[in-house]
Amino acid sequence: MNFEFTEEQLMIQQAARDYAQRELIQDVIERDTHSIYPSKHVKALAELGFMGMMVSPEYDGSGMDTISYVLAMEEISKIDASTSVIMSVNNSLVCYGIEHFGTEEQKQKYLRPLARGEKIGAFLLSEPEAGSDATSQRTTAEDKGDYYLLNGTKNWITNGNTAGTYLVIAQTHPEKGHKGINVLIVDRDSAGISVGPHEDKMGMRSSDTHSVMFTDVKVPKENRIGEDGFGFKFAMKTLEGGRIGIAAQALGLASGAMERSIKYAQERKAFGIEIAKHQSVAFKIAEMAIKVENARNLCLKAAWLKDQGKPYGYASAMAKYYAAEAAMWITTEAVQIHGGYGYVKEYHVERLMREAKLTQIYEGTSEIQKIVISRELLHIH
Amino acid sequence: MNIFVCISNVPDTTTRIKYKPGNKEVDYTGVQWIINPWDELALTRAIELKEANQAAIQKITVITVGKADAEPTLRKALAIGADDAIRVDVAPEDAYTTAVQLAEVLKSEKDALILSGVESSDFNSWSVGGMLAELLDAPSVSAVSSLNIEAGNVVVTREIEGGKQTITTTIPSVLIVQKGIAIIPRIPSMRGIMTARTKPLKVVQGIASQPMVKVLDYQAPAQKSSCRMIDPENIEELIDLLHREARVI
Repeated sequence: MNFEFTEEQLMIQQAARDYAQRELIQDVIERDTHSIYPSKHVKALAELGFMGMMVSPEYDGSGMDTISYVLAMEEISKIDASTSVIMSVNNSLVCYGIEHFGTEEQKQKYLRPLARGEKIGAFLLSEPEAGSDATSQRTTAEDKGDYYLLNGTKNWITNGNTAGTYLVIAQTHPEKGHKGINVLIVDRDSAGISVGPHEDKMGMRSSDTHSVMFTDVKVPKENRIGEDGFGFKFAMKTLEGGRIGIAAQALGLASGAMERSIKYAQERKAFGIEIAKHQSVAFKIAEMAIKVENARNLCLKAAWLKDQGKPYGYASAMAKYYAAEAAMWITTEAVQIHGGYGYVKEYHVERLMREAKLTQIYEGTSEIQKIVISRELLHIH
Repeated sequence: MNIFVCISNVPDTTTRIKYKPGNKEVDYTGVQWIINPWDELALTRAIELKEANQAAIQKITVITVGKADAEPTLRKALAIGADDAIRVDVAPEDAYTTAVQLAEVLKSEKDALILSGVESSDFNSWSVGGMLAELLDAPSVSAVSSLNIEAGNVVVTREIEGGKQTITTTIPSVLIVQKGIAIIPRIPSMRGIMTARTKPLKVVQGIASQPMVKVLDYQAPAQKSSCRMIDPENIEELIDLLHREARVI
């Protein structure tokens, strides 16, 4: 058992913290207010190596472990979860999916620019009528011999408009149910793709979320990842790792809100003393710290299991569930500690609270995580 | 030309400094160590210059006087972009002993531009750069806020009373740099962090040297009063407090 980080891991944590606290903080409120995509930050983070953190240097990635990824995601998310979700989707869904299940040609062609952050990836699973129930895919990828013909609509797609590379989950053999689903790498500029308007969201407002429509889009056969029918398994495997990214994001929202609460509680006075000296506030902060510590340990355990090549789906579901619930509670209480100031944008915590809500919903709702956890314990597959 | 950047290993600037009983020694328990902010700016500028003048600048070396616990700070400097590092294996005692140790290593470097932050954020003695230049018998330029290489010449701008002065300097020389030399300290990239562990970090033995400063006593500054929030609708209270307590109006 060793709870020490390596020198490199600490340097990565510090680099992410420095970038977030010096740069992201500058325009985070304005980007949130006006739903402005953080182009310059995505470019800068790419240059620092944060967009392909865990990809092997052989494919232009940074070659870091998942522990480092958790540390970086936490630091970025403390300041700006809109930017960290762009990072999370690119790293743990798109890059991971292509690196671990793609062919050498797919890696050379698609993974390299994604790992360098020159292109951004999007993961297209959700549909208007298939969210948690990902088996009910209505988007079809009809086998036409040497290509697939893609038709359908995907919803709630992070990086939907800015992505250069889509990973699209679609049904090829409806009669086989989820075993007929495929995953295709689709160039954003392929003919027949149209992107819906920017979703006007409650939080994560500067990440670009769109629906994406496919009308007779031809996708070359060589762009299918894995065997025919591998798509659903691919999605589930990839989301196991994606959950670590979102868990770490929720952790960052939680710890960021806690840090702001501690600072504020030591400055603000009520009834002649700092509010930190009122037990009702001090106890809230103690509970925040316990939840942050638990969330961090769950995230790091899942990351460690992944780095060791051990099964981590159960651990990442726990981390995602716990961190998201903790983030929601802590950010809500942070607003309470800040009182009226917490309800205005300048103090950030109201934004963290709006952002925290999404961590309970996307990449598997809290309820879905409980399904994953309970099925593992009850041996239901 | 080679650039040497003198690095001071200092407590994080947000650290709450504590003293050991008797107030004669700082208690460093639990302290996070960082590159002295002025040295970090100097290193950033050195890297920018090397990137823009590959032919003129061969190598950037970071050098510190400190025990093994200073190595993470040197590794960070390597991750930011220095080519190699030297640690003089002596616990720093005062500005003079630090300058003596640096001079012993740097005296053989004739093709060197040596950068030293104007002060360190812990002891703020403002002395090492000047002492180092004196011990090396090299020119020193103080209060440097801009550094460029133009047609092979080192062009330096320094802050003076009422304005700025631009001069050239010979090599070797010691530039004592302040804010403005670089604007934002460079953040190490992932690649930089990964290559840092393979870059050379040489440990050299120090020479005998006696400190010139003896600390009699440390005293913490008086605690700053905490921020007080006044309801925006209660302007009278604000005026009253500014008049009666702060005595500024």
